Amino acid sequence: MSREEVIAKVTNVFRDIFDDNNLTINDKTTANDIEGWDSLTHITLISTIAEEFGINFDMSDVVKFENVGDMIDSIMGKLCK
Amino acid sequence: MKELEHPYKSEYVISKKKQIKRLLLEEKNNFTNIKIAILAGSTVNEVKDCLDLFLLNNGIKADFYMSEYNRFYEDAVFENSELEEFAPDIVYIFTSFRNISNDVDMSMNEEEINHRLILEYDKYKNIWQNISDKYKSIIIQNNFEYPNFRILGNKDISDSHGFSNYLMRLNEKFYEYARNNSNFYICDLNYIAANFGLNKWHSEKLYALYKIPCDVMAMPDIAFNVANIIKSIYGKNKKALALDLDNTLWGGVISEDGIDGIKIGPETAEGEIYLSFQKYLKKIKDLGIILNVVSKNDESVALNGIDNTDGVLKQDDFVSIKANWDTKADNINALSKELNLGADSFVFVDDNPMERDIVAKNVNGVGIIDESLPERYINAIDKSGYFEITNFVKEDLDKSKKYKENINREKEISKFVDYKDYLMSLDMKAIVKPFESKYYERVSQLSNKSNQFNLTTKRYTIENIKSIAENDEYITLYGKLLDKFGDNGIVSLAIGKINDDELDLELFLMSCRVLKRDMEYLMLDEIVNACKKRNINRIVARYLKTEKNAMVKNLLSDFGFDKLNENENGDSEWELKDLVNYKAKCKCIKVES
Repeated sequence: MSREEVIAKVTNVFRDIFDDNNLTINDKTTANDIEGWDSLTHITLISTIAEEFGINFDMSDVVKFENVGDMIDSIMGKLCK
Repeated sequence: MKELEHPYKSEYVISKKKQIKRLLLEEKNNFTNIKIAILAGSTVNEVKDCLDLFLLNNGIKADFYMSEYNRFYEDAVFENSELEEFAPDIVYIFTSFRNISNDVDMSMNEEEINHRLILEYDKYKNIWQNISDKYKSIIIQNNFEYPNFRILGNKDISDSHGFSNYLMRLNEKFYEYARNNSNFYICDLNYIAANFGLNKWHSEKLYALYKIPCDVMAMPDIAFNVANIIKSIYGKNKKALALDLDNTLWGGVISEDGIDGIKIGPETAEGEIYLSFQKYLKKIKDLGIILNVVSKNDESVALNGIDNTDGVLKQDDFVSIKANWDTKADNINALSKELNLGADSFVFVDDNPMERDIVAKNVNGVGIIDESLPERYINAIDKSGYFEITNFVKEDLDKSKKYKENINREKEISKFVDYKDYLMSLDMKAIVKPFESKYYERVSQLSNKSNQFNLTTKRYTIENIKSIAENDEYITLYGKLLDKFGDNGIVSLAIGKINDDELDLELFLMSCRVLKRDMEYLMLDEIVNACKKRNINRIVARYLKTEKNAMVKNLLSDFGFDKLNENENGDSEWELKDLVNYKAKCKCIKVES
């Protein structure tokens, strides 16, 4: 899967969770940029994305995510294995 | 909403929460409003969010209170003005194995371990009793799931030093409390975790990071189960099954294969599977669920197949058998009228997906078991939650019998020209008395289930009934109706609050099984008698309009009340004055004292 395809899929998850069909994200997007992205929503996001891609985020990955770009990098890394 | 019926997709429910909630609120508008306090020992917001959705899907709108992180004990036991002000109807205690300290070590003897067990149990018992005393609410308590590792391997379950053994012993103490306390329900977290898959359930990562007690994708399962318990308590269970025959209750098509060709019974593997399904249905029948047949067959052929083959369900087990060439949707609607049950009280089982589709589209709110393979029916019905049992009363055991007696009564009518003569011929007797403690559970159950012949649709828990029954400022009456065909049981309730010389009738309902027998007039006569004895000379009552109670829109007018006012929602307020001059209205039922 290409990075673009991964971003598209992740965007869909964001759109579902925030119930906003016009939401867009990029590598630099952080929790400060989206209203309602609090620690609880974060858990929902991570779990849904993991389920959607059929991967498991390790603890060491999750604590390091600073923005959406980090998350995408992690997904790409796991898909390639 | 189909997406929230079993088998729902957890990922779908969790990710589309907001949209689903929006749609549910648009779809319905008549909700039962309740208040739920969740006292949790871990982070369970996802469970709350999913519970919200499953409850809305069952017509229940919940207001939530969440305890501060892991303060479930303190919130329940210590002074808590916020929770007191919230006044919960239901308190859900979400604890899990994470909340039990695994500090039993190999050096301890039986006595020391037992002592720890009792101390741990007493902590919980203290919570339950405090909640019971302060809030009088219903309590739902998780039991404990198996832990994430077994230090003693297979011996962990049997040896008293094993954590698994300790947890199971604690669970057993919880169950004993549940058996002895009627407002207390166990949420079987142990089963839910096992069903989800213990390996997937446990997550050290999630607990360490966020104090989340299990895999997030398991949370809809927990919420679904709790929602089923709650909707059952509030009378929203399905009440009847509409079953196809060919390839549903037996293998094959009876009109083609004949009674020797269909597969039912121990002779073939296929027959065994259908037999298992029939045995399961027979067990459900014992819970008070009504079994009916809806089959595209000639009636004689269908009845022959039912009675003269090796199935365990015989004609007698079904309340109504609709074997004809009408559409199944029409048949279910006919059943609904015949049995006086809403069409949305039915669950339809049919191996043919086209039939299921047609019924789903044409019968509003009916439950559908979306399976075509006989080996999957039991699991599908079992997991659906349609018939979740919370309160089981003796009356439920012979529900089928009562419905069949009713059909016999209906058949009698054709023998009479004058309806009044028919009523007199029934030789009806009634017992009408103030609520008695042996009936509190049945009274609460009836108040939660009755939707149609119900003026105010006020719901009462067993605790509510008990306090009202023991309160001198209330007049309560239950009505039990018997006739020459059988005993209908308790079929009507009235509750009125006394304000000086006036009675405010806050509840008046009657089971649809006894419509058109004048029982409602007898209840009115008895209410007036009770009022006269207390020098009450005026009764005020209300009709609160709902989607389901149009049939009592003019009941108070028929009772001789005068309308005081009506609002734009269709609710109306009425009064009956001058009770001293009231004349009894019911002539065909004898009251037994």
